[in-house]
Amino acid sequence: MLEVEGLSGGYRHLPVLHEVSLRVEPGEIVAVLGANGAGKSTLLKAIAGLIGRSGRIRFAGEEITSWPAHRIARRGLHLVPEGRRLFPGLSVRDNLRLGAYARRGAPDRLAPLEEVFALFPRLRERLDQRAGTLSGGEQQMLAIGRGLMTAPHLLMLDEPSQGIAPRLVDELFAAIEAIRQSSRAVLLVEQRLAEALALADRAYVLQSGRIVMEGPARDIAADPAIRRAYLGM
Amino acid sequence: MSAADLAQVAASGLLIGLLYALIAAGLSLIFGLMDVVNFAHGELLMLAMYATFLLNRAAGLDPLLATPLIALFLFALGLVLYRGLMARALTVTVNRGMVQIFITFGLAIFLRGAAQFAFGAEFRSIPKSWLANESARLGPVILPWPQLAAGLIAFLAFLLLFLVLRSEFGRALEATREDREAVALIGIDRERIFALGFGLGTGAVGIAGAALAAFYYISPDVGANFALIAYVTVALGGFGSLAGALLAGILIGEVEAFTAFLLTPSLKQLGMFALYVAVLALRPQGLFGARQ
Repeated sequence: MLEVEGLSGGYRHLPVLHEVSLRVEPGEIVAVLGANGAGKSTLLKAIAGLIGRSGRIRFAGEEITSWPAHRIARRGLHLVPEGRRLFPGLSVRDNLRLGAYARRGAPDRLAPLEEVFALFPRLRERLDQRAGTLSGGEQQMLAIGRGLMTAPHLLMLDEPSQGIAPRLVDELFAAIEAIRQSSRAVLLVEQRLAEALALADRAYVLQSGRIVMEGPARDIAADPAIRRAYLGM
Repeated sequence: MSAADLAQVAASGLLIGLLYALIAAGLSLIFGLMDVVNFAHGELLMLAMYATFLLNRAAGLDPLLATPLIALFLFALGLVLYRGLMARALTVTVNRGMVQIFITFGLAIFLRGAAQFAFGAEFRSIPKSWLANESARLGPVILPWPQLAAGLIAFLAFLLLFLVLRSEFGRALEATREDREAVALIGIDRERIFALGFGLGTGAVGIAGAALAAFYYISPDVGANFALIAYVTVALGGFGSLAGALLAGILIGEVEAFTAFLLTPSLKQLGMFALYVAVLALRPQGLFGARQ
């Protein structure tokens, strides 16, 4: 579904990623782990088309390396960004509907709403509230919900548990598990290593912008040497 | 001052105020969306007035009928200006603020010079129209039909703008205004929204220009004074607020009309600027703007 080969990228005068390669298959949950500053967020932004990049990114059979971000999103690759980036002055309802804006010709464009409400029932209660007034956890739910409204084939989540009350984290991870479907994959960047490894099928370890380790999540979780060396656990 | 005088002055102030409001709405829309002050806004108004004049002279088209055509023309011109000029100005990384000021300032000077070259410096007016020299009587108040029509057109244009902003597209516009980077993540092409938003702003000023041309003189410099009033209106109403522009435009029209009536017509802008200075001192975000 997603194949990344030799991806380099970063910001002006500051290359962050060096020849990163990874792949995500349909129906998989893949975690990218690493210490602060390893380049995890930069990797997701580069795939989403938000920053300068070189190398080769293929998604759903198409080479998308040079596509602008909005076109990548329309193709079904959605990034729920760090800090959520909701539209705080707009209502929860408007935020959700905007997720489907790019598909406004399609008659079933609002169909994903059912799934969003099933995953996050509290969003239904908050429909008329401004997004900026939601709690951190609710904002994250809305950000994922807005993402699901784009009808993505691959959902990339950047630190979904950040700034969320501990009691909501389990709920959130359960939702991510439920988002995975036979045809829909999840690429997850997360600081909470134990939870992320328990959830993921496979994991990559990123260090200083390079992939230093990859494998089944349970092998990585079980190997104390890896955890000590790369993840600081 | 009799009650009849009062009503007469208030009605005149309302009609010109609606036009001020529409001109300001275009400016405010563009500013709110992309943080750019369009210094060529008055010159676009001037262009719309000349276009109305030319359609009238060449084809005998009444300004009323010309209004939708001029609106479309200015909308299309706005799209071209955005794609050709503004988009580049928005992507520069060095001296961005300066580049954005001078690109619209330069456009203003160019348009003014081009108008002078093409039409000369003399004042023009629409030679003949259906409503010229007609007046409507509402009780004691007598209103010239061209002004009345212009006020009504401005009001309708406002309704239209509110409808557009309440549509799906309006929601995307609002989202782009809130976070111009994040909209790309949900598949919205920011450049397209910016171009259409810029076109809406210039289209609004086009409608105002066509309506104004029916009763106001036309010259290459005519836009300057209206642009000045528009900046004051936008600042008064709160940057980026459409309802603010409507109320502030009407307020300025009224203040101007009453200053002219109570003092002398040559001092009509005194009250407006006094109000402006007072609001800036007491409430810098404007009457209806949100505090940052």
